[in-house]
Amino acid sequence: MNEILSNKVGKRMFLLGNDAIVRGAIEAGLDIATTYPGTPSSEIGNTFSQIAKDAGVYFEFSTNEKVAMEVAAGAAVSGQRALTFFKHVGLNVAADPFITLCYTGVKGGHVIIVADDPAMHSSQNEQDSRYYAMLSGAPMIEPVFPQECKDMVKGAFDISEHLAIPVLVRTTMRVNHVSGVVEFGDMKARRGKVHFDKEPTKPVPMPLVSKQKHPVLLKKLKEAMELTEAYQFTTIEGPKGKAKLGVITAGASYGYVKEAAKKLPYDIRIMRIGMVHPMPVKKMAKFMMTVEKVLVVEELEPYMEMWTKVAAKDAGLTLEVHGKDLLPRIWEFSRDIVTDAIIKAMGDEPPKRKMPFQMELPARPATLCPGCPHRATYYACKVATKDEAIFSSDIGCYILALLPPLRTADLFLCMGSSVGTAAGFSKATDQAVVGFVGDSTFFHSAIPGVINAVHNKHKFTYVILDNRTTAMTGHQPHPGTNKNGMGEEAPALDIEKVVRGLGVEWVRTVDPFNVKATIETFKDALAYKGISIIIARRECALLEVAKKRGKGEALPTYRVIKEKCKKCKRCLKMFACPALFIDEDGTVAINDTLCVGCGVCAQVCTFGTIEKVGDDTK
Amino acid sequence: MSAKAPEAINIQLAGVGGQGVLLISNIIGLACVKHGLNVLSSEIHGMAQRGGVVWSTVRIGEVFSPMIAAGEADVLLAFEPVEAARAAEVVSKRTVVIINLRAIVPFTVGTWGHKYPPVDDMIKALKGISKKVVAVDAEKLAEKAGNKVAMNVVMLGALMGRGVLPVPDHIMKAAMSEKVPKKAVDLNMKAYDLGFKEAKITRG
Repeated sequence: MNEILSNKVGKRMFLLGNDAIVRGAIEAGLDIATTYPGTPSSEIGNTFSQIAKDAGVYFEFSTNEKVAMEVAAGAAVSGQRALTFFKHVGLNVAADPFITLCYTGVKGGHVIIVADDPAMHSSQNEQDSRYYAMLSGAPMIEPVFPQECKDMVKGAFDISEHLAIPVLVRTTMRVNHVSGVVEFGDMKARRGKVHFDKEPTKPVPMPLVSKQKHPVLLKKLKEAMELTEAYQFTTIEGPKGKAKLGVITAGASYGYVKEAAKKLPYDIRIMRIGMVHPMPVKKMAKFMMTVEKVLVVEELEPYMEMWTKVAAKDAGLTLEVHGKDLLPRIWEFSRDIVTDAIIKAMGDEPPKRKMPFQMELPARPATLCPGCPHRATYYACKVATKDEAIFSSDIGCYILALLPPLRTADLFLCMGSSVGTAAGFSKATDQAVVGFVGDSTFFHSAIPGVINAVHNKHKFTYVILDNRTTAMTGHQPHPGTNKNGMGEEAPALDIEKVVRGLGVEWVRTVDPFNVKATIETFKDALAYKGISIIIARRECALLEVAKKRGKGEALPTYRVIKEKCKKCKRCLKMFACPALFIDEDGTVAINDTLCVGCGVCAQVCTFGTIEKVGDDTK
Repeated sequence: MSAKAPEAINIQLAGVGGQGVLLISNIIGLACVKHGLNVLSSEIHGMAQRGGVVWSTVRIGEVFSPMIAAGEADVLLAFEPVEAARAAEVVSKRTVVIINLRAIVPFTVGTWGHKYPPVDDMIKALKGISKKVVAVDAEKLAEKAGNKVAMNVVMLGALMGRGVLPVPDHIMKAAMSEKVPKKAVDLNMKAYDLGFKEAKITRG
């Protein structure tokens, strides 16, 4: 049994915030958990996938976040305790059912984790999810430390059940990916199977019903306004008497504020908000009466700053309220950023900071791995299109092809956008159009776009990069794999059959490591007058190599025949495997630590310079 | 708490995806918990793992954020020379800097025309800030222990050899044994000891 399921009250473990969230939900007597993987929340699902069976919890990687929300909603409306989690943009996908679920309400506690990503460490935008709480009316809480991730998630189920409404838990990357000491609490019993009681005021919000449901939601919100004033994780600390400065803060910023205040010579009183929706405006007004001026410290949008100004105005206070006038509205904060803002709020001059030395360093962006089948597909596509097509792309490792020299990504917006945008390109231009989508993203939300392309007679080539896994977020299963989130055998949907079923006439499946055949397939596909689909199928290199190494199987080794190398660098310019590099004599060489022996570079070199030398168990 | 809470000790780790940087911050964190110390650690997941830069931090003591402010690292444990230089912002004269000498040249040098500076220049620049800079050929020592993959544990041993952490050696070793694969414990013990000795010898 996994340690995280231990019954020992008081046991202390070093846990990642994401794992602490799992523990909190389990302690609350969770029945069902659903997700679609997305960083910074990915590890929550990975951990559930390991422990769900032992914990007696049902867990699934749903096809997408909307489905995840709906599966959990069905269970929560029936009376089970449900957890749904995803990254911030996942809530965009799930927003439709979520907003109305706040009208219908829930019977069992339904907690939704939404993981924001200030600084966009692994995201396409840094939208601030707190506005979803305002939009929907759902309460939203914000933990700071791993211990709070556990305790606040556990408590959120009670709040949800008390108000009969879903509760949002907002995290940021520096909460999800922070590890710390977590002390375990007691375990509540799970409900198991429940009986769905048909209700007189059915949760079916057709206009007649929703007219009654909106006032109900507003009543719940009013009750939540009482709860937030007394919420135990909203705290005030600092010196007695009137403080020179009051800081209102929440989430990861609280840590920076606390440490900055400790080092600065000012009298600072700190109000940390635990429930950010609804905001405790009465408590905030009282707090402001004990300080001379206020600084609101929050990453991203001036959400709390707006509420602070509302609270001050409603209480007839006229003190200075600072926030985004002194702090950035983009990216993450640091203690230094917060320190400088406090100094400025106090009317002083912050110290000048500079790097200890200046040196030009080579960039080290993430890149497609050595042996990655996507790189081989991109190479074939570049050759077949003479590098002149428009490339729509999508979310997954393969978006790394944006970088030179591959440059096979011209536009992507969100999960599944590659197919609709390809159709738009084909209507707007006479250029060849090639779209790329991963296998998991195809199932997630590209299918309606393929149907659209068939029915509306769009003309482009669509490539499904089928590496048999959800690679980018850590190799989760998807509907095309034969395992599910519980680790059980599951029916694997055949992508080729799916697209044929959608009405696509031109479909070919290729092995991207057969470079010549892949180039020819691209040429044929580009000549087709309609949507042509290429399924480029080969397992993710990380998985394939791990399997081989696990079995003690040999990996082939390759070398460059120095005398034959023409130093043309075509392999670097067109293929750019990270295992290839230029040796001191100007010829290309292979880094044998990085090389996994896929052999594609040997097919890329037009002079036969790269040869297989044998197999090596490395 | 079984041990006296120290002032905050800040450890910055920097390296490249695939080097096992996060495993080391995890081991240090676990050892701190075993020793009854408060600890916060942070890491960057996701795209960083595809051969990109990997950073993690461990902060021990009365801390409220896992992030290390400019110049406040007590230790910079750098698994690669360029990544040591890139992390220089957290280094000041109080910082012990331990650098693995083996360069991993990023693809941007071959295909974007970026320059990889001479390793000696980078070490010299860091020595200009702190007198406590130690360079180790961790990969060579790991090979000596039986597998170059154990380079990360050599670095952990080197960190312990400098004696900056408020955690006893046997507790760190116990934490390490829990986190590495069972069949690799002996090999990693060797790697740890080699790193430990190396950092002790070259102290000063």
